[in-house]
Amino acid sequence: MENRKTKVIAALVENKPGVLHSVSNMFRRRGFNIESITVGRIEQEDLSRMTITVKGDEKTLEQVVKQMSKLIEVVKVSQLEPENIVTRELALIKVNVPDNKSRSDVINCVDVFRGRVVDVSPEALTIEITGTPDKIDAFLNLMRTYGIMELARTGLTALARGVRSIRIEE
Amino acid sequence: MTKMSGAKALIESLERQNVDTIFGILGGAVLPIYDHLCKSKIRHILCRHEQGAAHAADGYARASGKAGVCMATSGPGATNLVTGIANAYMDSAPIIALTGQVPSTGVNSSYIIGRDAFQEADIIGITTAITKHNFQLRGAAEIPKCIKTAFYIATTGRPGPVLIDMPKNAQTEIAEMDFSEEIQIRGYKPTSNPHPLQIRKAAEMLAEAENPVILAGGGVITSDASPELFQLAELLMSPVATSFMGKGSFPENHPLSLGSIGMHGNPVANKLLCEADVMLAVGTRFSDRSTGRLDNFCAPAKKIHIDIDTAEIAKNVDVEIPIVADAKKALKALNERLAKQLKKKNGSTWTKRVKEAKDQLNPQTKSASKNLKPKALLQKLRKLLPENAIATTEVGQNQMWAALYFNALKPRTFISSGGLGTMGFGFPAAIGAKVACPERPVVDIAGDGSFRMTEQELGTSVMEDIPVIVIVLNNSVLGMVAQWQRMFFKGRYSAVKLGSVPDFVKLAEAYGAQGLRARDLFEFSKAVKIALKSDVTTVIDVPISMEEDVVPMVPPGCGINEQIGDY
Repeated sequence: MENRKTKVIAALVENKPGVLHSVSNMFRRRGFNIESITVGRIEQEDLSRMTITVKGDEKTLEQVVKQMSKLIEVVKVSQLEPENIVTRELALIKVNVPDNKSRSDVINCVDVFRGRVVDVSPEALTIEITGTPDKIDAFLNLMRTYGIMELARTGLTALARGVRSIRIEE
Repeated sequence: MTKMSGAKALIESLERQNVDTIFGILGGAVLPIYDHLCKSKIRHILCRHEQGAAHAADGYARASGKAGVCMATSGPGATNLVTGIANAYMDSAPIIALTGQVPSTGVNSSYIIGRDAFQEADIIGITTAITKHNFQLRGAAEIPKCIKTAFYIATTGRPGPVLIDMPKNAQTEIAEMDFSEEIQIRGYKPTSNPHPLQIRKAAEMLAEAENPVILAGGGVITSDASPELFQLAELLMSPVATSFMGKGSFPENHPLSLGSIGMHGNPVANKLLCEADVMLAVGTRFSDRSTGRLDNFCAPAKKIHIDIDTAEIAKNVDVEIPIVADAKKALKALNERLAKQLKKKNGSTWTKRVKEAKDQLNPQTKSASKNLKPKALLQKLRKLLPENAIATTEVGQNQMWAALYFNALKPRTFISSGGLGTMGFGFPAAIGAKVACPERPVVDIAGDGSFRMTEQELGTSVMEDIPVIVIVLNNSVLGMVAQWQRMFFKGRYSAVKLGSVPDFVKLAEAYGAQGLRARDLFEFSKAVKIALKSDVTTVIDVPISMEEDVVPMVPPGCGINEQIGDY
């Protein structure tokens, strides 16, 4: 178990119906576990980018990449090297603030973490925070003392540092 | 560009792919297609169950090397194909499955996809994990390109089934059709040429090997690489074992042939594989039934693995030299390289050892007993059939006896459900193989349990004039599981006895086929000879003892060198 690492896999896939199903179905069928997955269109036409975080040993991760590349709709897959990537996640958090004291405390924390308050109501603040998953975890820990009413995390997305990319030539 | 309906474009696209036969059953959601099919020169074979249609397409594909095509209507028609598709997927057989689907749009908004319409099933969702690829048509105009793409994907790289789901409105819609459009699939570019550096390293390793062994899998047959395999084996004087799926890739009567490995492998193959210092595995995926316990699998050997599917490299067995390539191209490259390095080897201590092991472990016994033993019967059958005859098998004891005792001599002459182990496969596959090779005898080596699962295809074989021979090794039980209950559950039989019904002779006759019974080897020979001359399907019922075990056997959880029982 000690060599189970979290890895980030980036894939360019056809932007067609059913592609997410075939990818997630392959993970399920082969017994690989998806920690998080984000999907969105990219600048190249008809393509989407999936960023998938997976936990497993080297051999499993190698199989994940190979099995993914076998899917016809998957145009390119690559394992991103953790020490050479920029990763971000976005979270929206609704926090309970019944009084002025807690409200100002929470706003202070938001400033320290460079988040933003995006909605205010008499009992609650909705906060937007972006960063690495560790940073978001740390912020959530702080907010637990006030009471998290609702939480939505996007899952991790990532790009390689420098000029390297998984872009395909057209 | 010409204007026509989707249904017509489909038939025309299939004709352009040189499809000569479709195995299928029609229904409401494919009626427009069948209305054009009857005007086409493509032969439609009306099966009696969609599973039979899928297996027949599979048998056709494996016998001919071309894609086999099957068709069914929406809902239950489509879901009945599923076992056949899964079977083709596990054994990498190129089949095209065409399914009807309820309309994706239409005036009656309760009869469209997603509204749980009559005979609607999500066949795309259902078959995603058991097809190489699947499509649902969005309109008629997509058909020419879609069919081209489907055949290309099914037959190239590591072959496999492709399903096309055709909503009824796409069949009736009239559109401009472009049959000349080139296909471009940016996410699918199978590697086929071996990397020269890997070939050089592999050639060096093989040239230095003292006890080399070649393990040939189904991929050798798929890529028509048998001549190259033969050349390499003789050049290296290396014995050749096969996986079960590789049976037929190397003539099993050749002095260097060891037979197939695995749970019910030939003891010589299992033993010598574990004595090798270098193993060249080609076109095989190291399935659990082939390797037994992985940590015991040929541990001392350095391994070279040639496979066209990157994902098979290091999936189950770690190797020193991986070569991702088409088997034929890789073996050819190895031969060219080695021919320069090596003079043809003569007898070495290793070839002496091979001969000695074969003499010791595969004794040539002459059975004096008149009692019908599967071993004697299958060895007899081999003698009665021409070399190019095609044998299919069902699944279970019949199949493993065939693996052990029926020598396959040529590629594409031994067709069996290896990966999925689908009972009921052999008979419809035999029908498909016979359609592909009408001039050759086709024999289904069957057990009674499996044959019962698709026996209704007797109707197909008789009415469509496709004469095959079914040899039913009839022990009136589900024999392989009965054997496991004897060996591993202290002989407690649970739910394995099928009883003596039906009478297979009468069953054959009821369908207008020929039914014969053989009680001893002499009657068996006579029956096979009659069947070979018959122009109608013959079922030969051969009663055998229900206590008969398939041995030798590697017990589950053991290494292949821990085989029990005599050959």
